[in-house]
Amino acid sequence: MEILFYIFSALTLLCGLLVVFNPFSRNPVTSAMFLVLTIICMSGLFVLLKAFFLAAVQILVYAGAVIVLFLFVIMLMNIKEEERQRFRKFGTFLGAAAVAGLAWILVTTVMNSRTGERSVANNTGETKELGELLFTNYVLPFEIVSLLLLVAMVGCILLSKTSETEEEAE
Amino acid sequence: MTNWFYNLTPNEQFAIFSLLKIVIAVFAVVLPMVAYSVVAERRISAWIQDRIGPNRVGPFGLLQPAADGLKFILKEDFTPAYARKAYFWLAPAVAMVPALLTLAVIPFGSKLGSQQAVIADLNVGILFTLGIVSLSVYGIVLAGYASNSKYPFLGSIRSSAQMISYEIAMGMSVIPVFMLVGDLNLSAVIEYQKNGMWLILKQPIAFVIFLVAAFAETNRLPFDMPEAESELVGGYHTEYSSMKFALFFLGEYAAMIAVSAMMVVLFLGGWTLPFAGLNETATSLGMGLLQVGIFIGKLLLFMGLFIWVRWMLPRFRYDQLMDIGWKRFVPLALANIVVTAIYLYLTHGK
Repeated sequence: MEILFYIFSALTLLCGLLVVFNPFSRNPVTSAMFLVLTIICMSGLFVLLKAFFLAAVQILVYAGAVIVLFLFVIMLMNIKEEERQRFRKFGTFLGAAAVAGLAWILVTTVMNSRTGERSVANNTGETKELGELLFTNYVLPFEIVSLLLLVAMVGCILLSKTSETEEEAE
Repeated sequence: MTNWFYNLTPNEQFAIFSLLKIVIAVFAVVLPMVAYSVVAERRISAWIQDRIGPNRVGPFGLLQPAADGLKFILKEDFTPAYARKAYFWLAPAVAMVPALLTLAVIPFGSKLGSQQAVIADLNVGILFTLGIVSLSVYGIVLAGYASNSKYPFLGSIRSSAQMISYEIAMGMSVIPVFMLVGDLNLSAVIEYQKNGMWLILKQPIAFVIFLVAAFAETNRLPFDMPEAESELVGGYHTEYSSMKFALFFLGEYAAMIAVSAMMVVLFLGGWTLPFAGLNETATSLGMGLLQVGIFIGKLLLFMGLFIWVRWMLPRFRYDQLMDIGWKRFVPLALANIVVTAIYLYLTHGK
């Protein structure tokens, strides 16, 4: 099992890197496809943690829907300019700085928590336990997130509706 | 069985049996079934249109798949000059793989000998299948993008929108099924159905939504907008030839088999029949094989339905297709969930 963990994490990191920093291609579609691979590898990590529900939902929602929408948008835009663009020094520097900062936070957090201190219960991956937790302990955050998504959805519909009526007015 | 086999650890035995099941199920059962559903499609379409259909190769034209396969291999494999090569090669494989992966969690029988007749008995079986089915859109999208030409591009744009829309309806339509069963495992779904009514009778609305969404997900008429010969030449596979085209073509049939298998498990009781003790776990190998036969029989019913509908109904217009998906099926599926929840609360609630 350990070896699988290392394989999946290495693949996740590699694919994640290739999403933003691919020396062979500046094609946004390639980036999106590597994002799909990253997500599939991450769901592999979830499986190793016995979080089968999260693993399946990860693929279903992110790989199956969100990135398809990314592709949809990328393909509808004119991407020739992005393809011609080379790496910019400033952008690379900023990106590296952001990654370094996040990595530092992560490492200090991991270092500060002693092993075995906040161990996860064995059966959190079960769909039933997850659902019960969501609707008891975490019901407030859950409802807030739902509300946020609803607002975002209504906003989207509103935006697309106005453009439609404008077209009709013309 | 020889002695060396019993000396292996349970893990090794499990690995060997899984490998055997994969090889037999995919190469000996599913792939020939894919090949023969093409023949069935051609014969049934001919029958519907009052023609004869392919009947020259072998008795009743039964060797037609061999002739077709040979022809596909011998045709020139042409790659257009402006195609994006890497994706152009990747797309046909991506189109074929998800359909075959879905079959991994389908329980196609009760027991064969001491082995469970399912390749991977996942406890989130249905989510796995829905997740993998949702990946099948990439084959089409990539094909359209890689071809770098107008018609395939339009086809792939249509398909990405269509598949996402109907995935939502499909996913929501099965939720009531699992509210009744109380488990996401597909074997548990069959367990629930084998002593009671099949879920098609308890959840007819869910079944209808799932069936229609299945047509949309597999790009079959009346939902074959990504292909739409009369407007898009060939849609996403316009630029493809030879075996690459064949992979798309066969991938479509493999996907049909996969969704048919899902429908059999979810709504038609899987390998069970409600008489002659066929709804009990098999005790002998013959019984086990018979139940696999029942499963395949039910699956073929759905394949027949897929083919029949294709030659009977005209294609939807694109806006109609989106309207049906979003304005009819999604609300209907939601209503179905609420009604089922209320029913469960009244009967099983405190």
